[in-house]
Amino acid sequence: MATITYIEAGRQALAEEMRRDPLVWAVGEDLGRGGVFGQYKGLVDEFGADRISDAPISEACIMGAAVGAAMMGARPVVEMRFSDFALCAVDELVNQAAKARYMFGGQTRVPMVVREPIGMWRSSAAQHSQSLEAWYAHVPGLIVAVPATPADNYAMLKAAIRADDPVVFMEHKNLWPLEGDAPESDAPGVFGKARIARKGDDLTIVSWSAAVHVACEAAETLAAEGIGAEVIDLRSLWPWDREAVFASLKRTGRLLVVHEAVAVAGFGAEIAASAAETMHRDLKAPIRRLGAPRIPISYSPGLEDEVRVTAAAVAKTAREMIAD
Amino acid sequence: MSAAQPPRAPNLNVERYRGFYQEMLRIREFELAAIRAAEANLVLGAIHPSIGQEAVAVGVCGNLERADIILSTHRGHGHTMAKGADPLTMMRELMGRAGGTSQGKGGSMHIADFGVGMLGANGVVAANINIAVGAAHAIKLRGGDEVVICFFGDGATNRGPFLEGLNWAGVFNLPILFVCEDNGFAATTRTSAMTAGAGPAARAAAIGIETAEVDGNDLVAVDEVARDLIAEARRGKPRFLLARTYRLTGHTSFDPAAYRPSDEVDARWRGEPIAAIRSALRDAGEEEADLDAIAEAAKAEMIAAFEAAKATDWPEKALAYADVQDIGDPREGAF
Repeated sequence: MATITYIEAGRQALAEEMRRDPLVWAVGEDLGRGGVFGQYKGLVDEFGADRISDAPISEACIMGAAVGAAMMGARPVVEMRFSDFALCAVDELVNQAAKARYMFGGQTRVPMVVREPIGMWRSSAAQHSQSLEAWYAHVPGLIVAVPATPADNYAMLKAAIRADDPVVFMEHKNLWPLEGDAPESDAPGVFGKARIARKGDDLTIVSWSAAVHVACEAAETLAAEGIGAEVIDLRSLWPWDREAVFASLKRTGRLLVVHEAVAVAGFGAEIAASAAETMHRDLKAPIRRLGAPRIPISYSPGLEDEVRVTAAAVAKTAREMIAD
Repeated sequence: MSAAQPPRAPNLNVERYRGFYQEMLRIREFELAAIRAAEANLVLGAIHPSIGQEAVAVGVCGNLERADIILSTHRGHGHTMAKGADPLTMMRELMGRAGGTSQGKGGSMHIADFGVGMLGANGVVAANINIAVGAAHAIKLRGGDEVVICFFGDGATNRGPFLEGLNWAGVFNLPILFVCEDNGFAATTRTSAMTAGAGPAARAAAIGIETAEVDGNDLVAVDEVARDLIAEARRGKPRFLLARTYRLTGHTSFDPAAYRPSDEVDARWRGEPIAAIRSALRDAGEEEADLDAIAEAAKAEMIAAFEAAKATDWPEKALAYADVQDIGDPREGAF
């Protein structure tokens, strides 16, 4: 089967949507030279500088301009380089983009995609490494996408561009070179539809983005020990696939949520609370969560690793839950 | 500021300014009715009147086509009406009633009427600047000939979007006119006390945007300068207009504005823009009785809007869950 990288899958999805719809407008810093990670490489040659727009280092204006352009019928795809930098544009995203449709009583819509690369990546330290997806899942009006595979990066970016509401699209920087199966079709993905990354009957591990791969690695280890861990890749946090999680939990009776973000008030808390409210009669063990300690991310590799949720930690927690 | 300008008669375009006089009165009477509604607890949230600033809204918007776009601030009733919004629909919005411009979901601070090209007032100072720039960018991308007007106050020039948005407009040669309504106050603090440098126009010029300044209480002067600036902006030359005016009320309708001396306010009332244009129209030969009739009609219209809005039902509760987003259940996890 043909393969594709995570970064190239995103590039192709954007290129196809730009060919399909002349209203799609990509805008952000350094896009003309391909973007900071090369996600936009070569696109300016095909679409020109008006549609692959370089922007000043003005995150607030990039985001705000996208809101205004979207209200006028354009479909902006804004690039924030690092999700950390998008914090310079929180008013534009949270107070403006997310609220406009509702606040103006349905007079307008804000169909825009905000690409916010997340996650730890090569000693990037405290201001280039964060996973802040839970913040946006908390905000009414936003869709939050967190793809883990190349095929999903392709299909979900296409879905994000076609969505009529603002989408926070969080690619994981460490996944850029990841190779995976090429998409089977050019169809857009569906938000709120989880993927069973691995089947298993003893334990349900719910995860998203790069942590899915950590969970799968742990599941591999556990399988050798005779423990069947089912890994669910949520793909999007709003909406999130409660049905898939609950159906799996009905079979396994054990829920472990694994994410790279800080554990405290992370989206794992939402999943755990929802499962506790709804599925308590089916639980065989207390629900567990694995996330980062509540410390900023360090530069030095040894210190950086202190916040990392490892496959070993996932496997260890799973064993504890089985023994419980 | 000076009292009423010397009469421009006999060259005054009487027909044009009679219409503008009527529009300014409609805005004034709308806001007086809104203040009465707030005092009667019919308008429940904060409202920010623009009484005394009407000449800027009318003088600028009087030079626009229906397809042109405006964005406004928390003090946005005047701009919205000047762009053509219906006062009854607006009054319903202020009272949170069914059939308001935003279905009762936005209120005064988020007044908007996309049908007349009014893309929203904004509760966050200066936030509309970046959005306006994006609207202008979209017009340029599709090769349209509309222009965008972005109204904001002097206080907004101390926020980051002022720099980012004006720079963006300059970099991309966008069809936009920035109109800074300098009423001297940023909320309840004198802007001069909180602002370094030579003021809004100097800042805009430093960013590379050509500027003009005008007495914002002189309707004819605003009209003439806006006409020229809008024509230039429409051709992709972003422009900046500093219109000096004065807010005759407090920051909100409940702010007594005790922070400013009464003789200052009295002097400003003597220079207020509606009386000034009325005086000019009279000097140009308009009859007192006709001018009175225009004023009375404006007042009657807004009293009727007040009464009709007051008699309108509340929005259906189901609307609370509408227009959040297309996917996802807004009730999930809630009580």
